[in-house]
Amino acid sequence: MTTATAPAVDSVEKPGARERAKRPGTGVGRPGFAWAAPAAVFFGLFALVPLALVVVLSFTRWNGLGSPEFAGLENWSKLLDDPVMVKSLWLSLLLTVLGVLVQTPISILLGVWAAGHQRNRAVLSAIYFVPLLLSITAVSVLWRAVLDPNFGVPSQAKWLFGDGNLFGVQASALGVLVFVSTWQFTPLHTLLYQGAARAIPQVLYQAAQIDGAGRYRQFFHITLPQLRNTIITSTILMVVGGLTTFDTVLILTQGGPGTDTTNSAYYMYQKAFKSFDFGMASAIALLLVLVASLVSLVMVRLSGYDKMRSTMEGV
Amino acid sequence: MRKRPHYLAGFGSLVWLFVVGLPLYVMLVATFQSRADYAANGPLGLPKKLTFDNYLNDGFAQYFLNTVIVTVSVVAIILLLVPPLAYAIVRSDGKATGRVFRLFLLGLAIPSQAVIVPMFYLINEAGLYDNLIGVILPTAAFAMPVCVLILTGVMRDITPELYEAMTVDGAAPWRIFRQLVLPLSKGGLSTVIVFSSLQAWNGFLFPLVLTQSAENKVITMGLYDFQTEHGVDIPGLLAAVVLSMLPILLVYLFARRALIQGLMGVGGK
Repeated sequence: MTTATAPAVDSVEKPGARERAKRPGTGVGRPGFAWAAPAAVFFGLFALVPLALVVVLSFTRWNGLGSPEFAGLENWSKLLDDPVMVKSLWLSLLLTVLGVLVQTPISILLGVWAAGHQRNRAVLSAIYFVPLLLSITAVSVLWRAVLDPNFGVPSQAKWLFGDGNLFGVQASALGVLVFVSTWQFTPLHTLLYQGAARAIPQVLYQAAQIDGAGRYRQFFHITLPQLRNTIITSTILMVVGGLTTFDTVLILTQGGPGTDTTNSAYYMYQKAFKSFDFGMASAIALLLVLVASLVSLVMVRLSGYDKMRSTMEGV
Repeated sequence: MRKRPHYLAGFGSLVWLFVVGLPLYVMLVATFQSRADYAANGPLGLPKKLTFDNYLNDGFAQYFLNTVIVTVSVVAIILLLVPPLAYAIVRSDGKATGRVFRLFLLGLAIPSQAVIVPMFYLINEAGLYDNLIGVILPTAAFAMPVCVLILTGVMRDITPELYEAMTVDGAAPWRIFRQLVLPLSKGGLSTVIVFSSLQAWNGFLFPLVLTQSAENKVITMGLYDFQTEHGVDIPGLLAAVVLSMLPILLVYLFARRALIQGLMGVGGK
């Protein structure tokens, strides 16, 4: 339609327009590939090439000096035999699952609560938002200071925290990691749920009230089912974020005590930049990407999210 | 609709306020005390003597400047490359741009951890190790997919009639881009600016792996170093945390909507 009329009009245009019309793709008033090329090349160079290279490097031996040497499947067989690696995968999954289980109910409750238009809720929501303004680094440094075994809050509240060193035992160190991620990222998920809760048609609640359904039945029979798609989106974000948790581990626990909080992302960093075994680190990185994509894919499939089942059903 | 106040929810909201507020309170109070006072007072006590010394850490000026350079450059690269790309994706009839779009969607799923080893290799080969440019390039590349998604979304909302009217007038793509697409994508552009500057300002992994010397450190690295070297100077450390978040806090106060959309990486309408 446009393509048919444009050249005809172009031919009666001023000479300047004709000059432009000579360039490929511009004659029809539509941008050509040249418009996309710079960004595509840039992204290819700094994101896609490295991604391809990580596959190559995972089959090489390289200590950071000189050139990588081909090593076949050596890294991969080492990986499967490495007890720390297997443990790190379990820890990654554990941290992720715990993160989802802790963050989801809090975010749903806060999101639904913040969806109300009351003034006090708006003010409190603005304060709840602050953790998201800090970088992950800043949050980790802050909590490391607040939970410091000698000068922090636990040293003041021994009745609650025992000897006050939360970083000395696996269970509490994992707890700190889950808690700090929750503290920082709950506002993000709360916002998702707040938006979704506001989009629920009021008719549903009015109908339920006429049927005599109370507040809690409305929550479980209307709000939660209507938030279905948001729960999936938010969970996928949590899973990908959880599996790749790195900064928090590096700053808060350094993977310790021992290797008790060494998750795969942190183990990869250690292999690369502490042991200078870059081939092995590449294999771990690749494994991590594969696990993360697989988990997201399975979740999308299982939940039927890819079929875009409408939450408006039955309205 | 709900007339009765919800006491349980009210109680829950106060509990969460406590969880959010406690570390922020500890942080603020600590930064105005000397180290000795903080140790004596404990993290929860009120300060007896106020001091601003913790905020006068001159090492941080360099980190601040570096972070500003990285942030401005990343935003500039994004603004230069992404709007034309998004315009091409929305309006081009060639197959190639469609493929490019799918590559960027794939890029959404790549965590930066996955590529730090090859990035370290490439940046070394390019001679950009321990150089701010070496941090800027990958940071910009990894901010791109979300920016592309935001801007294509906004540009798709421009009605085809507007494009056609300008085409009928004989406008070439460049004029359409400048006079129609850019003005109508302002909301999306501000989201993109906020999103990419947050990515650059808060970035940690690329600077950690790709820089080394003090004069090339950004603020997150400064925090990390401070914590590993002077971990016991908690008031000084926390003052650095406050300083690092100050610019974002200012944006939050004055452009809350754009910031939230930028943080979520969505919207822009």
